[in-house]
Amino acid sequence: MSAADHRADLIVIGGGIHGCSAALHAALRGMSVIVLEKDTVGRHASGVNAGGVRRLGRHYAEVPLSQRSMEIWYGIADFLDDDCGFQVAPQIKVAETEEELAQLAARRDELNDMGFTHEVLLDRAEVRAHLPAVADHVVGGLACLDDGFAQPYQTTFAFQRKAESLGVRFHEHTRANAVRKEGGDWLVEADAQRFSAPRLLNAAGAWAGDLAAALNEPAPVEAIAPMMIVTSRLPHFCDAVVGATGRPLSFKQMPNGTVVLGGGRRGRADRATNLSEMTFPELMLTAQTAIDIFPAMRDATIVRSWSGVEGRMPDDIPVIGPSARHDNLYHAFGFSAHGFQLGPGVGEIMGNLIATGATNAPLQPFSIARFSDAPQP
Amino acid sequence: MKSCDIAVIGAGPAGLAAATRAADLGYDTVLLDEQPSPGGQIYRAVETADHARTEVMGADYARGRAIVDAFRASGAAYMDGALVWNISTDRVIDFSRGGASSQLSAKRIIVATGAVERPWPLPGWTLPGVTTAGALQILMKASGIVQEDAVLAGSGPLLWLVAAQLVDAGAPPRAVVETTPRAHYRAALAQLPAALRAPGYLAKGWRMMRKVKRAGVRHFAGAENIAIEGADAASAIRFTAKGASERIEASSIALHQGVVPNQQITRLLRCDHAWDAAQQCFRPVTDEDGQSSVQEVYVAGDGAGIGGALSAALHGEITALAIAARDGRGDPARLKSLRAERARDAAVRPFLETLYAPAPHVTAPADDTIVCRCEEVTAGAIREAVNLGAPGPNQVKSFLRAGMGPCQGRVCGPVVSAIIAERRGETPGATGYYRIRPPLKPIPLSELAQFTIPDAPEDR
Amino acid sequence: MVRRIEPDGETFEFTFEGRTIVARPGDSIAAALTAAGIVNLRDSVVSGRPRGVFCMMGSCFDCLVEIDGVPNRQACMTAAASGLEVRRQRGGVEVQAS
Repeated sequence: MSAADHRADLIVIGGGIHGCSAALHAALRGMSVIVLEKDTVGRHASGVNAGGVRRLGRHYAEVPLSQRSMEIWYGIADFLDDDCGFQVAPQIKVAETEEELAQLAARRDELNDMGFTHEVLLDRAEVRAHLPAVADHVVGGLACLDDGFAQPYQTTFAFQRKAESLGVRFHEHTRANAVRKEGGDWLVEADAQRFSAPRLLNAAGAWAGDLAAALNEPAPVEAIAPMMIVTSRLPHFCDAVVGATGRPLSFKQMPNGTVVLGGGRRGRADRATNLSEMTFPELMLTAQTAIDIFPAMRDATIVRSWSGVEGRMPDDIPVIGPSARHDNLYHAFGFSAHGFQLGPGVGEIMGNLIATGATNAPLQPFSIARFSDAPQP
Repeated sequence: MKSCDIAVIGAGPAGLAAATRAADLGYDTVLLDEQPSPGGQIYRAVETADHARTEVMGADYARGRAIVDAFRASGAAYMDGALVWNISTDRVIDFSRGGASSQLSAKRIIVATGAVERPWPLPGWTLPGVTTAGALQILMKASGIVQEDAVLAGSGPLLWLVAAQLVDAGAPPRAVVETTPRAHYRAALAQLPAALRAPGYLAKGWRMMRKVKRAGVRHFAGAENIAIEGADAASAIRFTAKGASERIEASSIALHQGVVPNQQITRLLRCDHAWDAAQQCFRPVTDEDGQSSVQEVYVAGDGAGIGGALSAALHGEITALAIAARDGRGDPARLKSLRAERARDAAVRPFLETLYAPAPHVTAPADDTIVCRCEEVTAGAIREAVNLGAPGPNQVKSFLRAGMGPCQGRVCGPVVSAIIAERRGETPGATGYYRIRPPLKPIPLSELAQFTIPDAPEDR
Repeated sequence: MVRRIEPDGETFEFTFEGRTIVARPGDSIAAALTAAGIVNLRDSVVSGRPRGVFCMMGSCFDCLVEIDGVPNRQACMTAAASGLEVRRQRGGVEVQAS
C-alpha cells in the first residue's frame, strides 16, 4: 500500500548534493518531491570531499554547466539561507616546468577560442603574488581567480533543509530495492515501504549503475574512494586552492589553518558494505608533492583522513539528462570526483528539465546513450 | 612487509599476558606499544621504579613487575615506542617508530589498548593546572614527581587510590571532593553481598579511604555544580555540598569519573560496539574470550569492558589460550580455570558500577561549557546542532568540528554521544559514536612522504 | 608545589622558552616541566587561551609544544633529553573568514 504521503510528482533516489539540489529546484517549480536516501544525506562523496568550488581545468563539455553553477554559488547564502562556508578564492594549477607551463598556455588559448576567459595564465611573478610560500622551482600557473571553496557537508545539509522548507520529503535509511513502471507511475519499493511518482531521477552516485542496470539501461559506474588527508592547524600561508600540472595534487588551506590534501590517489571502495578504506602508501606521492610545492608543509602533521564512496565513469565525465530508454526517467550521476561545484547548476538544469520536459543546457555529451551505443563486449 | 601470527597492541597487563602466553604456545608474536617501557598505564615504569617509589605506589603496582618479567622472558618480539596509526581490514598495521613508518601484516590481532578516563567537562577544565587524576598518578609512577596541595574531584576507586598514594608520598591532597550521589550508596548496598565474594577489593578500598581521612584530608561528599576558577591557570575549585557553597584555592586540580574502554582501534577496525548500561560506556561486542565481531580481531583487558588490572591480565592469557584452542592447541584445563578466576574477580564489579556510576551532571554539561577541548565546541553548540537536525556524532563533527582536532575525539566522544542522546531522547547506543578514521594519532606529513613498502606497485 | 619522591639522582638539562630545566632520566618533557612548576605549555589554536598537561598518557593532545623547531609534539610522550630546545606552542592561527 502506498499511502498518500508516499506519492509525489518526482522521486529522487540519492541524497547527495545532486539529488538534494535537483529536488530543491523541482520544488521551486511547484513539484512535490520525495528523496530516498539509503544512508543519511551527504553520507558519501557529497559530505566528504575537498570542497573545491572549481571551474579551473574542467573538461570542455562541463565548462558551460560549471559557469552556470558558479553564478548560483556566488549567491548561495541568499539562495539557501546558509553561507555553506563558501568563499571566493583563486584556484591555481601550478607549472613546475616550462613544458608544463606551455601545456597550460595551450589550454588557455583553446578556451579563449571557445569564448571562455575565466582561466588566466600566471607568470613566475604573478604566481608568487598569489602564493608567496610556493617553492622556487614553480615557473607559473593557470588560474581561475574567482573560483572558491565551501564546506561540503554544510552545503549538502543546507540544500536538504531548504528543500524541506519547500515541502520536499526526505526518507533517510531508506534503500530503493526495486523500481518498476506501473500504469503511468514509477513504483519504488524500499524495504517495507512503497513510493510512487510519475517521474524518477537517478542521483544515486556510486550506486547509480545498479539502478540504471535494473532499468535495462546499463552504465559502467565504478565505485572509487578518493582519499583526502587533513593536517593540524598551521599558520596561515595560502589563500588559493592549488593543484599541480604534471602530478596529481589538490591543496587547500582552510580558514581555520588546516590544510586539506588530496588529488587522484584512491583507497579501496566497496559499495556493498559502504566501506571506503585509506591505503596510505598510495599517499606517499601526494605528501611528497605537497612538500615539494610548499616547503613549509615539511612541519605539518596529518590529523585526519577521509575517503567517501564516489561513482566514476570510464570517460571521467558524468551522466546527466533524460533516459535514452524510458520516458520520465532522468539521470544525474557518475560525477567522477568532481561533481561538488556542479551541484547547484546541474540541480537547476535537472529541475527545469524534469518540470518542463526540456532544457537549453548542452547535455548531449553527458547522455547515458554514449554507453549503450558502444559495442557490447 | 614483515608478518607475524599474532600482533598484540598495548603493553598493559592484558597485552603482556596475551603476548607472553601466545609466544609460549609457539605463535610468532609481536607486541607493539607506544610507551618506552612495558607495563601500560597501570604498571607504568614498573621495571625502573626504585624502592621508595614502589613503596608509595603500593603492592598492587609492584605486582606488575612479575608480569613484565614474564613477558621479557618470553619469545614475543617487543616493539617499544611503536605508535600504531592505522590497521587495514586485511590486518596490515601501519605504525610509526623512531620517526619512520612501516607495516606489519598479522594473521590475528589482539587489541589490548586498555581504558581512558571518562571525560568530565565542567567550567574551567581546560585551564593549565587541571589534569586527570590519572595524570597525577603517572607523574608519580614514571618520574617520582609528587603534586603537593592538589584537590582531587570526582568519583571512583582511582580518586581514593591517588589520594592515598599522595598521602604515602608525604603530600596529602588539600581535599577530596566526591561527586558520588547519595542515592548510589543506597543502590549499591544491594550489590554488597556479591562484591564480598571477590577477594580483597572492599577491604582495600576501605583502608585507602581511612588512610586519607586519618591524614586530615578534607572530604566533601555529594558535591555538585563544580567549576574551576582561574585566569591563565587554575586557582580555585568551587562547588556545592550539603547545601553549602564551597571554594577551595588550589593550583592543581585533578578530575576523575572512572574509566571507559579506549575504542579508537576497535572502532577503526569496524568492530561492532554496544552501549553497556551498567558501565555507562560503549564497548566492543566480544565473546567471553575476547573474539570481536571482526574475524581474527580479539580484544583483551579493559578495552573489552572495564574489569581492572587483575582481570585484564587473566583476560590476556585467556585470549591467547582461546586462539590456541581454536587451532586445536593449548591448555583447555588452564583456560577453564582462568575463566573461573576472572569471573570470581568480576564479582565486585556490579557494586563498583552502581556506586560509581557517573552522576547525571557529569554527562550533561551546561550549555556554555567546552566539551571538545581541541576545537572548543560547547555543549550548547552541540545541542543547537541537534535542534537543527544533525542526527548523530558524525554530523555534529562535520558541522562543528567537534572531535576533529588532534585528539580526534578521544576525550570528548563519550560526552558528545551522551549530549546528543539526551537531546534526542534515546540511549547513547542508538545515537552511536564518532567514526574513527586513520591516522589514529597525528603523524608528520614528512613521514608519510617517506612511507614506502618495498613490494608496493608504483601506481594502481 | 611539586617535589620528587627520590630527593637525589642523576640530572641533565634542557631549555623551555630559553629557561634552563633540570630533568631526570625517565622524565618526559611534560614531567620535567611539571617538576619545574611550569604548567602553561601552549595557546589554544581556537581561542588563544593557555593550555597545559591534562592526561599525561598521550590521549588529549593538550600538552603540544615545539621541540627543536618542530611543532605539535606531545610533551608527555616525548622523552626529555639533554640540550633540547622546547618552546611554548603559540596558536591563534584562526583566520577570519573574509
